[in-house]
Amino acid sequence: MEVLKIATAGSVDDGKSTLIGRILYDTKSLTSDKLEAIERTSKQKGYDYLDFSLATDGLVAEREQGITIDVAHIYFSTAKKSYIIADTPGHVEYTRNMVTGASTSQAAIILIDARKGVIEQTNRHFFINNLLRIKEVVVAINKMDLVDFSEERYNEIKADFEKLMEKRDYADQKITFVPVSALKGDNVVNKSANTPWYKGETLLEHLEGLDLAAVSNVGTPRFPVQYVIRPKTEEHHDFRGFAGKVYGGELSVGDEVIALPSQTRSRIKEIYVYDKKYKTASRRSSVTITLEDEINLSRGDMLVKANDLPTIEKQFTATISWMDSKPLTAGNKYVVQHGVNKVLAKVDQVHHKIAPDYSGVDAEAQSLDMNDIAEVSFRLNKPIFYDKFKNHRTNGSFILIDTQSNNTVGAGFIS
Amino acid sequence: MEVKELEVPTEIIENTAHINALENEAIYILREVAAQFEKPVLLFSGGKDSITLVRLAQKAFWPAKIPFPLMHIDTGHNFPETIEFRDRLVKELGLELIVRNVQDSIDQGKVKEESGRYSSRNSLQTTTLLDAIEEFKFDACIGGARRDEEKARAKERIFSVRDDFGQWDERNQRPELFDMLNGQIELGQNVRVFPISNWTELDVWSYIKDEGIEIPSIYFAHKRKTFLRDGMIWSAEDGIVFRDEDEVVEERMVRFRTVGDMSCTAAVLSDAISIDKVVAEIRDSSISERGARIDDKRSEAAMEKRKQQGYF
Repeated sequence: MEVLKIATAGSVDDGKSTLIGRILYDTKSLTSDKLEAIERTSKQKGYDYLDFSLATDGLVAEREQGITIDVAHIYFSTAKKSYIIADTPGHVEYTRNMVTGASTSQAAIILIDARKGVIEQTNRHFFINNLLRIKEVVVAINKMDLVDFSEERYNEIKADFEKLMEKRDYADQKITFVPVSALKGDNVVNKSANTPWYKGETLLEHLEGLDLAAVSNVGTPRFPVQYVIRPKTEEHHDFRGFAGKVYGGELSVGDEVIALPSQTRSRIKEIYVYDKKYKTASRRSSVTITLEDEINLSRGDMLVKANDLPTIEKQFTATISWMDSKPLTAGNKYVVQHGVNKVLAKVDQVHHKIAPDYSGVDAEAQSLDMNDIAEVSFRLNKPIFYDKFKNHRTNGSFILIDTQSNNTVGAGFIS
Repeated sequence: MEVKELEVPTEIIENTAHINALENEAIYILREVAAQFEKPVLLFSGGKDSITLVRLAQKAFWPAKIPFPLMHIDTGHNFPETIEFRDRLVKELGLELIVRNVQDSIDQGKVKEESGRYSSRNSLQTTTLLDAIEEFKFDACIGGARRDEEKARAKERIFSVRDDFGQWDERNQRPELFDMLNGQIELGQNVRVFPISNWTELDVWSYIKDEGIEIPSIYFAHKRKTFLRDGMIWSAEDGIVFRDEDEVVEERMVRFRTVGDMSCTAAVLSDAISIDKVVAEIRDSSISERGARIDDKRSEAAMEKRKQQGYF
């Protein structure tokens, strides 16, 4: 069974938490004690319907204010797939959490309130999904019950969204529209009798049908060395294994590899998972590799196939999503964490700020505030081995760490 | 030295299956802990989740030994079967085990034993844990918490930074992007690490079954002297839960779904005497795991409050 990671995006009160609660309810994923808690609290609050958002809004402040503040991870499975939903907040000040939730997802659900239609926030949600190159986007036009399940209104919103799609720069994205009512359960898991004009699949039917291999950005094999395993025991005296996760493609025993940064050549001798040997390690498997030659490799170094080198440079330009209250300014120094590799970086230049509502760029910008997105170039104290984000989601992304607070202050996508 | 003959490997390690993907992710996280921290420790309760963590750690560092010790914060109210199991496992795998006792914190006057019908030592663990972290200068504590357990847990990061009071600031968590885990901290801070965050209870059981991992016997159905309170089944054998005279003791066929402190862990009626039956039972269950944990029922925000105080 495969696992599909989904990020949700929508404005406050668009009903994201309700939608997730509805999916859990209709797929019978809510256990009876959780359902009882929802019934009890809904009743206490005097609602005449079940407040499914109570299933996902886990923090006191969230329940008090009826909004989602931080990413929650929700798990459920059907006979076909396992799902992890990152329920991300829709507030403008929580853009950073949206980027966070979307960064590990293969699919996204963007919610639109049928009464309000495409609003500025919708542009932002779409922009971020586009920036992160999420391949599969479902636009759930919600609260259809409040517009009398009007086909005309649905088409109007769909046409508005299609106009927005002309602005994106990642055209491979597949976009699907579904008219739903999360509160009443129309077209979420079960087909609705209220929308006879809608011939498509329900939201869940669509997700069930997705081919996981097709929605994943693969890229070529990269093997960053995470940890060197040297047991130094009687039994394994000379064992020298390089532990790490295979990113992109696959690596096999016998493959000629180049170790970076030394650029030394060798061949893969063995691939282990625990005490078991394998011929090939495919994408995202955590393995331990031994080489035919004694090569000096340590954490942060990388093995790649001999005919497929990444860019090896001490500088790069990237789209930055800034996540800290302290601004990013030209000249500032940060730690760039690229995979498991950490290097010191200096902000060379802020090229321009990009308005995530597609309203344009600000070429004059010199610094970035929380939730800003911009093109920034960096100089590093030593080279890293990267790919462009559009070619390799893993080897083309990094995080920025503040040298004083140690906080993760930005996400970067190498251009 | 004897040279082992190289058998020809034919299999491809793939990551498409759900449980496989979770295992690969957990191994990656454990390796990050070993690489990024000076003094990590694995918090071991003897429950199924921490037993699973130990297996994952074995896999992550093989053929080397697990490069960190285990630590049990012992409430003194553990099921005897769990302690027996704990000691055997540690011995078999040649691991280092540190035990710190809540009783000591009580004797030192640092915490006060709760009184009354629902008294439990569960939340008292926090003080003992924080003291132990300080004593050993641990900078990372690996725990078997899962996000599906409880809704405050669902909000927590895989690398969860705690301040020098062990406190969780749920409104100011580090963003966690892609696969990148930022373990940079200041002196005095520590990180709680949750490698099986994305696992569900069923995933853990399926893994235990697939891997043939041994677990304490109380997880399987057995006859036990029990009594009923608030619709839950409590063990009457160990004298930990204070029983009213009108609460009748009866022998029932039960098992435990979660093995916390005895004072707050109720049993469930079950005839699952094998791991296959346990997996089937969990799959069909309509009650969540924490439904049998009285400490979570204290209020809507019981777990969140405990975590803010430094609970793991």
